[in-house]
Amino acid sequence: MSGATEHLPRLLALVPWLLAHPDTPVGEVAEQFGVDERQVRRDLELIWMCGLPGHGPGDLIDVMYDGDRVSLSNADTISQPLRLTVDEALALVAALRTLLGVPGLVETDAVDRALAKLEGAAGGVGDDVAVATGDAADPDVVANIRQALVTGRRLHLTYWVPARDEATERDVDPIRVFTSEGVPYLVGWCRRVDDLRTFRVDRVLSLTTLDLPAEVPPEARQRALDAGLFTPAAEDRIVTLRLEPAARWVADYYPCETVEERGDGGLVVTLRARDDAWLRRLVLGLAGMVEVTAPAAVAAAVAGDAAVALAQYAPFGPAD
Amino acid sequence: MSSRRTERLLNLVICLLHTRSFLTAERIRELVPGYDDAPSEDAFKRAFERDKEDLRDLGIPLETGTNSAFDDEPGYRIARRDYALPEVRLEADEAAAVGLAARMWTSATMGAAATRALRKLEAAGVELAPLPEGLQPRLESTDAAFPDLAEAVHDGRVVTFDYRTSAGGDESRRTVEPWGLAWWHGRWYLVGHDRDRDATRVFRLSRITTAPVPSGRAGAAHRPEGVDLTAIVASYDSAAPAQNARLRVRSGRGLGLRRRAASVTTGDDDWDIVELPAPDVSRLVDQVLPYGADVVVEHPPEAVASVVRRLKALAG
Repeated sequence: MSGATEHLPRLLALVPWLLAHPDTPVGEVAEQFGVDERQVRRDLELIWMCGLPGHGPGDLIDVMYDGDRVSLSNADTISQPLRLTVDEALALVAALRTLLGVPGLVETDAVDRALAKLEGAAGGVGDDVAVATGDAADPDVVANIRQALVTGRRLHLTYWVPARDEATERDVDPIRVFTSEGVPYLVGWCRRVDDLRTFRVDRVLSLTTLDLPAEVPPEARQRALDAGLFTPAAEDRIVTLRLEPAARWVADYYPCETVEERGDGGLVVTLRARDDAWLRRLVLGLAGMVEVTAPAAVAAAVAGDAAVALAQYAPFGPAD
Repeated sequence: MSSRRTERLLNLVICLLHTRSFLTAERIRELVPGYDDAPSEDAFKRAFERDKEDLRDLGIPLETGTNSAFDDEPGYRIARRDYALPEVRLEADEAAAVGLAARMWTSATMGAAATRALRKLEAAGVELAPLPEGLQPRLESTDAAFPDLAEAVHDGRVVTFDYRTSAGGDESRRTVEPWGLAWWHGRWYLVGHDRDRDATRVFRLSRITTAPVPSGRAGAAHRPEGVDLTAIVASYDSAAPAQNARLRVRSGRGLGLRRRAASVTTGDDDWDIVELPAPDVSRLVDQVLPYGADVVVEHPPEAVASVVRRLKALAG
């Protein structure tokens, strides 16, 4: 794509946008269009040179500055934005559809209405993408968490911790709700440990909104909003796993420090494991497709776990 | 070069939107500044051809026609009704949903496209309000192939790419008539007709290893009537009819399995009997193994055999 074909669409969007938002600071225009202020000023200089055939004084587009604020006039011909391109329409429609795929996160009804209204503007991309409604989390639980987040209320959770396979009770002040691969997560200030915790919403066994305001240390709020899904800690244990081809998905699912091809379709990965219980469950789940090459203590521990589990099958006799 | 050329293109768009009658190339050369410095007729024609192509690539609907049956030279114009985004009025909650959707993309390409779309909607009358800070649904398309495939689907063009199958990790070149993209349990899939295998196939985008290359004419590939994209992905996900597995689960353990159970019977000792819908043996085994000694599979026998074999491999 040449410079002109990237530049022209921005100008054709900038003109109607400024007509609809007169007297906007140049800095805000820059932010809205994802360019720097210098570029906005250059764009406006160029626009000012353009207009109707004849190009007399009355034909050109007017650009007016009031201090740092800018307005446009005399641009009737291009006062409406160009239709959405395929990628623009798709970016909105696919995202709206995926919002529907996590029931409870937004008012489903509002998303449906928005999709219906955008159909005319979206040029029929709606048929190109389909989204299956996720069954990851209970819609009522998601909706209650969202409500508590927006209104600043404390939650009581009964939460299943898979690493220890136990249900825990805790009060949590919600800070952030996000989704990853279609699964909703809650980040909150957990009052049981007085620290930030991330909860997979599909592991919330039950939930009550308490009649108490959420109280989050400001520093923790910022940390929670800045953080991604995984925040490695210094004490994380680094583990090396040799994965058979059938266990390659591990590299897709978990953030690995290093990923190396074995040459036979398998991988050697290193990853961080904050929690030994989590790691042992991961390796047990991969039994037959994984070898723990380091550290030796983890390898011995999981071999022990496997032997204990195997003993349960003694009544069935040796399987082979 | 580019800013002078952009200026010429912008003037060309304004001129062609302004005119009601078709304008010939010669007339456009007189009216639009920037063509007058073309040193020759040929140079002008080349420049004008390139400009027309760029406008069409940008989705600007350039019409060709003549003003009367006596004109033998074609003219050009842009019809405003085809050009302009129709006015969109959204209620506050609808606009909030659109604003939230637009910031979901983690991919820079799709995120930028969503932002451009928002600016156009605002220019067409939509009012966006600030969103709650902590509400951050995300739409991962680490899948670099997404925008290319979406375009190929939309244009109905055949695409070719390298694909790594899950089992062997082998890569092979695939040529596909794309029918659509489906989001299924947090991942994107391409559904289409695989030309080499002459059959319907589902491709996980994260396993596509090269940029998809479109070929052939637009409209060559089209989705057959009545195709349900998510149903096809779902059928690949669970092909077999559901049968119940029977597990012995230690009291108070195996909460993840209990939550999906068809029934739980409390035993007289330290164990409960959990009946679990299990359409797929290998998936059942994957689900059970992490619980180690707290869960014992009793049925079906092939699952028992698989668990024992895999535990032996790990126990060494």
